[in-house]
Amino acid sequence: MMTIKFMLNGTEQTIKTDPSRRLLDVLRKDFNLKGSKEGCGEGECGACAILLDGHITNSCCLPLASVHKRSIMTIEGYAKTARFDVLSNSFAEAGAVQCGICTPGMILAAESLLNQNPAPTDAQIRIGISGNLCRCTGYNMIVKAIQSAAKRGEGLW
Amino acid sequence: MHKDISQSIHKLDAHARMQGKAQYVGDIDIKGMLHAITLRSPIAKGIIKAIHYPPLPSGYTIIDYRDIPGKNFVKMIFEDWKIFAEDTVEHIGEPIALIVGEDKRVLYDIHDKIICDIQPLEPLFSYQKSVIDYQFTKGNPDPVFKQAKKIIKETYETGYQEQAYIEPQGFIGYPETAEKVTLIGSVQCLYYVKNAVVSALDTHPDNVRVIQAAVGGAFGGKEEYPSLIACQLAIAIRKTQKPIKLIFEREEDMSVTTKRHPSKTTMEAAIDADNNIVGIRAKVALDGGAYIGLSGVVLSRALIAVTNAYTIKHLAVSGDVFKTNTVPNGAFRGFGAPQMIFAIEMFMHHLAKQLNQDPYSFRMQYLAKQGDQTSTSGLFRDPIIMPKMIQKATEMAQFHDKVKAYKTMPNRGIGMSYFLHGCGFTGSGESTHINAQVKLRKDDHDHVYILVAAVDMGQGAKTTLIKIVSHTLEIPIEQVHFDYPDTDDVPDSGPTVASRTAMIVGGLVNQAALEMKSLWQSKTPLEVIKRYKQPEWIVWDEKTFQGDAYPAYSWGVNIVEVEVSPITYQVNIIGIWSVYDVGKALDETIVLGQADGGTAQGVAYGYLEVMVHEQGQLKQKNMTDYIIPTAVDMAPTQTHLYDNPFALGPYGAKGAGELTLVGGAPAVAMAIEMAIKKPIKKIPATPEYIMELMHDDDH
Ligand code: FES
Ligand code: FES
Repeated sequence: MMTIKFMLNGTEQTIKTDPSRRLLDVLRKDFNLKGSKEGCGEGECGACAILLDGHITNSCCLPLASVHKRSIMTIEGYAKTARFDVLSNSFAEAGAVQCGICTPGMILAAESLLNQNPAPTDAQIRIGISGNLCRCTGYNMIVKAIQSAAKRGEGLW
Repeated sequence: MHKDISQSIHKLDAHARMQGKAQYVGDIDIKGMLHAITLRSPIAKGIIKAIHYPPLPSGYTIIDYRDIPGKNFVKMIFEDWKIFAEDTVEHIGEPIALIVGEDKRVLYDIHDKIICDIQPLEPLFSYQKSVIDYQFTKGNPDPVFKQAKKIIKETYETGYQEQAYIEPQGFIGYPETAEKVTLIGSVQCLYYVKNAVVSALDTHPDNVRVIQAAVGGAFGGKEEYPSLIACQLAIAIRKTQKPIKLIFEREEDMSVTTKRHPSKTTMEAAIDADNNIVGIRAKVALDGGAYIGLSGVVLSRALIAVTNAYTIKHLAVSGDVFKTNTVPNGAFRGFGAPQMIFAIEMFMHHLAKQLNQDPYSFRMQYLAKQGDQTSTSGLFRDPIIMPKMIQKATEMAQFHDKVKAYKTMPNRGIGMSYFLHGCGFTGSGESTHINAQVKLRKDDHDHVYILVAAVDMGQGAKTTLIKIVSHTLEIPIEQVHFDYPDTDDVPDSGPTVASRTAMIVGGLVNQAALEMKSLWQSKTPLEVIKRYKQPEWIVWDEKTFQGDAYPAYSWGVNIVEVEVSPITYQVNIIGIWSVYDVGKALDETIVLGQADGGTAQGVAYGYLEVMVHEQGQLKQKNMTDYIIPTAVDMAPTQTHLYDNPFALGPYGAKGAGELTLVGGAPAVAMAIEMAIKKPIKKIPATPEYIMELMHDDDH
């Protein structure tokens, strides 16, 4: 047992638990935040991705101990932001959501990318989301969505 | 309201899914629920002598074949696929028992203490034991082959393909009463699951209720396999009278669920004195794995696709499903057609080359035209617009210029496939096996509910069906509802497979909407039911494979451009261009999304996705070993849709789901072939295979 403190979607949280537990399980079980999904459990698919200090990170590979004193944003928190509104409208319009299991992670990957590079080329977008697998869309519409969000959301990132 | 139905709207469930609010089965918890894990066979074939279970802590239970109230078979087509192994095991990973209890760590601990005493037998991995064989002819193939000036023969092979949906399989269930079991799961076919569970529990149909959770991708992988785990779970729920959750981890999912059948196809062409193809003989072998499951139906679709988008007068076609001691193979988007279309497209291409003709003009000559006979001597009744589609695709890709340029430029190639896909169930399946029924219900606020068993697994069924009803009734989208189907509420409109949802289910929903419109009285509740009636002109003989195998066909053209590294033989996709005829798109963006995703899967099947087994053990266990395309692997795609409305489809729609996958592999294979100047006869065309081909040259 260990006491771990971190910011979760803008609120400070303190929990006492086994520090080797996966962040993904803690988010889903202890905080009932189920927008982060488990696709592979081994860091390959990005369905479990969250933002750790603003960077896209797979929560299935993250022991809770490593988030001590750091800041985590999940899709539930991000969904309340103006940036999400821009991204989600672009995703819906482009047709970038099929089964949706990859989508929360994909949107957070887009945020992480646009945060570093507000005007990416298509090739940079493809690299930026290459840690997130999508089996449904073939990625084309996701790339278009992120490109259009970057344009529409000018100044937001 | 008078807008063209193809005009896109935001998918109606997109926003909830983006916020992470959609409830997939893994997201559902029930108070007091237990977990289940599976004990599996460690060997490919053997006789079970004894299974020694350790003493179980209280609250922990073993469920095996002795607990099955009904027959120990997953009710499908044949009674061959066991729910739990009984006296023998037939493949590695075959389920022997469920271990059920509260704490997963305890479950794994029990699992590791179980001793399986299984006497190994010699497993079978080669194509020796045929369990299904079909054959048919068209015209008069024997004399044609006898009189042929020459006969050209080639063999083509395809590997496994894993559906690799991002959400693994799973169910959660609970006892609704002592008799009644409710199951919520990631499924394509609610009534397949229900019927299988009714048989396993040997109970009244009212005692089994199946509800769909949000589905995180399926692609055929959640067609028949969920019935197996649903049966196991229902038996466990019956015995423990507790809610139980059974979710696969990725490794388990990949190593035990059904895959696309590996295949080997031998093609022979009878060539006359003028270098025309006068007849084709084809022999197809599918690796069925340990149990037949749906393999027979997969084989028939493969055989019927023998001449793909071409017309050949004389045919002799045969095929077998072979039993091997490997994971059972099953449904995967395309359902036998991708294997056959790879073989026939490459064969036509290779024939032209061997006859010193330009492959594309050679293949064009044989394209099917309206009024031609299909491979099963049925009729292509509707207009075929392939020439226009090919023209468009070649312009989009600047195909002819590139073909010319790459003759002299090394390592670059471009390939083009032509293809069709039969829409709906093969043969008389729709009328004899399914007999679909749909219901529309209007409440006293004039809100309309679509009650069908069709599953939205990402392909947009929800949005598409709601659009149909909204257009036909001329009421706003917001007034039409389609919730996750529940077998207690929806009639059996059939499984969500075979590119039938838009055309068949959508067609019935549209008929129901038309009837509702004629009876419409504001603020008065109303229910309309419609049942499928096979058009009389569809005549099909299941035994001889003669007649109309499908009511309609969708058509497509794929062009793929590649660069092959001369050092590593790595294939890099440069561009993908496609043109499709799906009748009429019920939503343009949704169909284009199907096109992007299907084509990516089809192309990746041709060059990237490798799965093999060694002595019955699959070597690819997770997303690290089994490579599916990332955004970097896939090139930008450009797709064009042509309207070619089908009279019986809703607003002219035909099937769109599978069509987009079936042509990818031959297109990429032809492109690689051009880049390396060697014929490709096997997919996936991996760097190792390409190296082998290049190496052959040195001798
Ligand atoms: S579940 Fe974490 S990367 Fe796949
Ligand atoms: S939308 Fe299904 S995996 Fe991306």
